[in-house]
Amino acid sequence: MNWGSFYAVISGVNRHSTGIGRVWLSVIFIFRILVLVVAAESVWGDEKSGFTCNTQQPGCNSVCYDQFFPISHIRLWALQLILVSTPALLVAMHVAHRRHIDKKILKRAGRSSPKELENIKNQKFQITGALWWTYMISIIFRIIFEVAFLYIFYLIYPDFKMVRLVKCDSFPCPNTVDCFVSRPTEKTIFTVFMLAVSAVCVLLNLAEVVYLIGRACKRSFRSPEDESKLPWISQRLSTYKQNEINQLIADHSLKSKFTVTKKSPAERGERCSAF
Amino acid sequence: MPLTSSMSWPALYTQLVGANRHATSLGKIWLSVLFIFRVMVLVVAAESVWGDEQSDFTCNTLQPGCENVCYDQFFPVSHIRLWCLQLVFVSTPTLLVAMYVAYRNHRDKRKLLQVAGFLSAKGQDEELETLKKRRLPIAGALWWTYACSLVFRLLFEAGFMYALYVVYDGFQMPRLVQCDQWPCPNLVDCFISRPTEKTIFTVFMATTSSICMVLNVAELVYLVIKLIDAILFWIILFLSFKLCIPYKLIKTLSF
Repeated sequence: MNWGSFYAVISGVNRHSTGIGRVWLSVIFIFRILVLVVAAESVWGDEKSGFTCNTQQPGCNSVCYDQFFPISHIRLWALQLILVSTPALLVAMHVAHRRHIDKKILKRAGRSSPKELENIKNQKFQITGALWWTYMISIIFRIIFEVAFLYIFYLIYPDFKMVRLVKCDSFPCPNTVDCFVSRPTEKTIFTVFMLAVSAVCVLLNLAEVVYLIGRACKRSFRSPEDESKLPWISQRLSTYKQNEINQLIADHSLKSKFTVTKKSPAERGERCSAF
Repeated sequence: MPLTSSMSWPALYTQLVGANRHATSLGKIWLSVLFIFRVMVLVVAAESVWGDEQSDFTCNTLQPGCENVCYDQFFPVSHIRLWCLQLVFVSTPTLLVAMYVAYRNHRDKRKLLQVAGFLSAKGQDEELETLKKRRLPIAGALWWTYACSLVFRLLFEAGFMYALYVVYDGFQMPRLVQCDQWPCPNLVDCFISRPTEKTIFTVFMATTSSICMVLNVAELVYLVIKLIDAILFWIILFLSFKLCIPYKLIKTLSF
């Protein structure tokens, strides 16, 4: 599982998150993915080879393992982490869409120098308008996925504790045989740890929802003629129109400056001090 | 899975190195000790020494399940997992400092953009660059954040060392354990694989852990001395103003 490239993709979204969003991302990477990769995978590594049943009957081991472990904890957690991290890509797509529109407007305004295009790439967008809704939806999906996986976990493994012994009587086991699970205590410790961090992540997401709603309310209670209430695209068009006007004024005033010939150093110094 | 585990520690390293710009020199030494003597050794030891800990755990019985149960009784958590968790937890307080620095930079950038409107675009860019590249002095709220992160580091280190000591009754790995859990038929002898090598690595990791704790304590002491220094400076300055005595005279009188 190539978590390295996954990390590269997801951390790109970090620039457009709120502060709580960045904390959530760090918790996901350090306390869940890193712990999963360096510790949990080796604990569950020999879960099938270490699963021993008290019988010589061939096939009984496999059948009993399959009955009690339909899907391994590790795979469930990996799926959970992938699904929980992907709504952030919704936000990345929206930001990319806005950048694309920005570029188009710039080209129409006739100012497509490489420097301006660079500026667009590095620009950080405010979480307002449609981006706010996209962000909110992505957080809600995150919460839904986390809770869904916690519930699935509870359904498949009702007790969060891993038992030492399971009793199995599926065909071809001759009668009820005792089967012993490998490393049950270590597995319990890691299960409890991962579930606790999962709960912390859900709390962080809820806090982020509350924070975003609070910010939106604060913005709407500010002066109603506030420019930031307009849709993003009209703001952009008006800024560029204003920029064009400013550019024209600047060009005009520069032209008048360049008609003047050399000035004496004393006079130049005076001009500088006024500025 | 050695390949994937060696891919994750470098990611943690890049995060920490970025955060370490605002650390003291002791903090930088601590980071190097952490990564060279602990993370690298852990990665090396994990597969080779503890790799066959369960498969080579042999009990003197043919009873199926007895080995599993006895292994579980004597090794509730493997050393390797405890050390991994310890390293992950010990590295995290540094990110507290990084988060605070990022917040400060963000706040100062906002102030700068408000104030420096008269500068040309190039001048603004230069100011932003210096803001990003500057190194904040460890004073005020940054001092408290840094000190808190040191205290947490110490707590985590000590906590995990204590847990290891309590779970394994010391740092030595015995060659033989005796087990009588069901389904073992009676008291059986179980033999641990590579006990001496495991003892050596355990003692080594415990030693480096103690060195890291000493470094953290030294850094904390250094920070406290800096704080006392700053307080004394303000007291002297205050006295020099109140008593109308020149600052230099008070300084020479007090030292």
